[in-house]
Amino acid sequence: MDMKASKKLGLKERYALMTRDLAWNTTYQPMDKVFPQTTYEGIKIHDWDKWEDPFRLTMDAYWKYQSEKERKLYAILDGFNQNNGHLSVTDARYINVLKLFLGSTPPLELMAARGFSMMGRQMNGAGPRVACQMQAVDEYRHFQTQIHSISNYNKYYNGMDEFAHQQSRMWYLSDGKSFFDDAITAGPFEFMVAIGFAFEYVLTNILFVPFISGAAYNGDMAAMTVGFSAQSDEARHMTLGLECIKFMLEQDPDNLPIVQRWIDKWTWRGTRKLAAVGMMMDYMLPKRIMSFKEAWEMYVEENGGALFKDLARYGITIPKCFGQTIEEKEHVSHQSWIGFYMKPGATPFHTWIPTPDEMDWLSEKYPNTFDKYYRPVLEFFDAQEKAGNRFDNKTAPMNCQVCVSTMKFNEPGDPMEMCFRESIYKGEKFHTCSDHCKEIFDNEPEKYIQTFISSHQVLQGNCEPEGVDVNAPDFQPGKQILDYWKLDKRALGDFNGSEDQKNFAAWREQATKN
Amino acid sequence: MTMLKTLAPYEFKSRDAVENYKGRQLLYVNWERHRMFSRPFVLAMKPETPFSAVVDEMAACFSYHPDWQHIDWDKAIWQNGNTPFTPDRNKTLAENGIGHKDLIRFQTPGLDGIAGTGY
Repeated sequence: MDMKASKKLGLKERYALMTRDLAWNTTYQPMDKVFPQTTYEGIKIHDWDKWEDPFRLTMDAYWKYQSEKERKLYAILDGFNQNNGHLSVTDARYINVLKLFLGSTPPLELMAARGFSMMGRQMNGAGPRVACQMQAVDEYRHFQTQIHSISNYNKYYNGMDEFAHQQSRMWYLSDGKSFFDDAITAGPFEFMVAIGFAFEYVLTNILFVPFISGAAYNGDMAAMTVGFSAQSDEARHMTLGLECIKFMLEQDPDNLPIVQRWIDKWTWRGTRKLAAVGMMMDYMLPKRIMSFKEAWEMYVEENGGALFKDLARYGITIPKCFGQTIEEKEHVSHQSWIGFYMKPGATPFHTWIPTPDEMDWLSEKYPNTFDKYYRPVLEFFDAQEKAGNRFDNKTAPMNCQVCVSTMKFNEPGDPMEMCFRESIYKGEKFHTCSDHCKEIFDNEPEKYIQTFISSHQVLQGNCEPEGVDVNAPDFQPGKQILDYWKLDKRALGDFNGSEDQKNFAAWREQATKN
Repeated sequence: MTMLKTLAPYEFKSRDAVENYKGRQLLYVNWERHRMFSRPFVLAMKPETPFSAVVDEMAACFSYHPDWQHIDWDKAIWQNGNTPFTPDRNKTLAENGIGHKDLIRFQTPGLDGIAGTGY
């Protein structure tokens, strides 16, 4: 008998078999009971097979690409670490960027992995299910590689070891935590708009490009390589987010107002989340790539603007907050840095006043605002520090009920005034930082009345290290907050005079002299 | 009207309801046009606390600013939220009409921060 070898399947066929062919319609239970999440948000889908898979990625191809990237990444990390790469960064202030990044980003990558795993279960189309599952694996990989690339610094510098403990407790990490908690507790389609579209597509460049280029500019090969290794995944994620938006809009005209509201909401929430990235670019990178304002213009105004033009044919309009973000790009990085500078006893990274030539750079990059509003106060802080009276605002902050940022933003049109908005729900006042956060609150107050605001929780006696009796007559809430946060005391305070500063100088000296 | 959509009944308490503060209430304080302090600060106080205790807390924080010693207290303008009011230092928060999560906005005309920048 003749043996007839069957032809090897093509990529497209293998993909079709893996997705469509492995999916089936349930019979013991109706499909809408098995997949209840895809209908309750009000999004109408008539034909899941219309989902165009942006990347027809099969498991074997995925494994092959990712393992190649991993091998390269870890080879470079090893080389960097073995050659004391940490001493080749521009100056020790740079390491504080890594501390901020470590606390704020990898835990959110993990949340994204959780979110996309949920999407991989909740979506009832096989195409999106597979794509979401792949993205979940990517996000998990980013979470791990970011931590691995920074772990070598943890051997030498203070303040990095408790980032996982601090994620859900520290005041300044609450904005990012709230961002993902909000997204992950929404339905699957809102999650896709929030993370897949607004964050990955509209805003992610402003986080990753400055981080990767910033790392490269400042001699940090480890972080740079991690960034490059993640970038090709990001391209896939962006495409998935955009595909999901188009799919919803093409399926039913009733979906448009819902999708538009989510785009408005999540573009704003993302903008608030990225205020800290602005200060990283303008103040924390010893060698700067571009100003936050320039990055905003390039990545959000130009690229984001073009994207919304493309979506106009579906009836999508530019997010409501766009105008305000353009006004704020000249302010937020300065306002954020002042907010952190004044809390030297409450973050695991150091802050400092820019040197005179760095201030000149800021004047040049922010001709409309830096000299007029921010230089005088920074020079005042500098003089005070030199006189032994370094600013330390020991009070606890007021936060926005929605974005959980501290209430530090100005009234639109008036940089000298603070912006406050207020809503009353069931007789209780709720404060927000902007018209956009107020609108988000008013749309779904039931959700945001549960917000975890660190300073409030401290005052309720909920943020105490183990063993503290909150019912003792002499109990003072928050007295041991540093222990509750597990904050390394060596990591506190101004950069000037810090152990990091001294060690870095001494080690570099050893490396270059006898 | 709420736009919240859920799969199941969804009812949760406010995390900051006044009963969570064991007889105290939250109060926020902002010194307008002195943004050096970045954001208002929050206190938890009993409604029977005299308003002078709030002024003490203000002094503890705001006296770092060179404008603080130049304040003409007779000219200070106070708002509770967006409503103007004149606090009596010797009366309690409750007597001054200050409730849970109220925001005191304190203006000092003529003092506009370092070099008039609002900071």
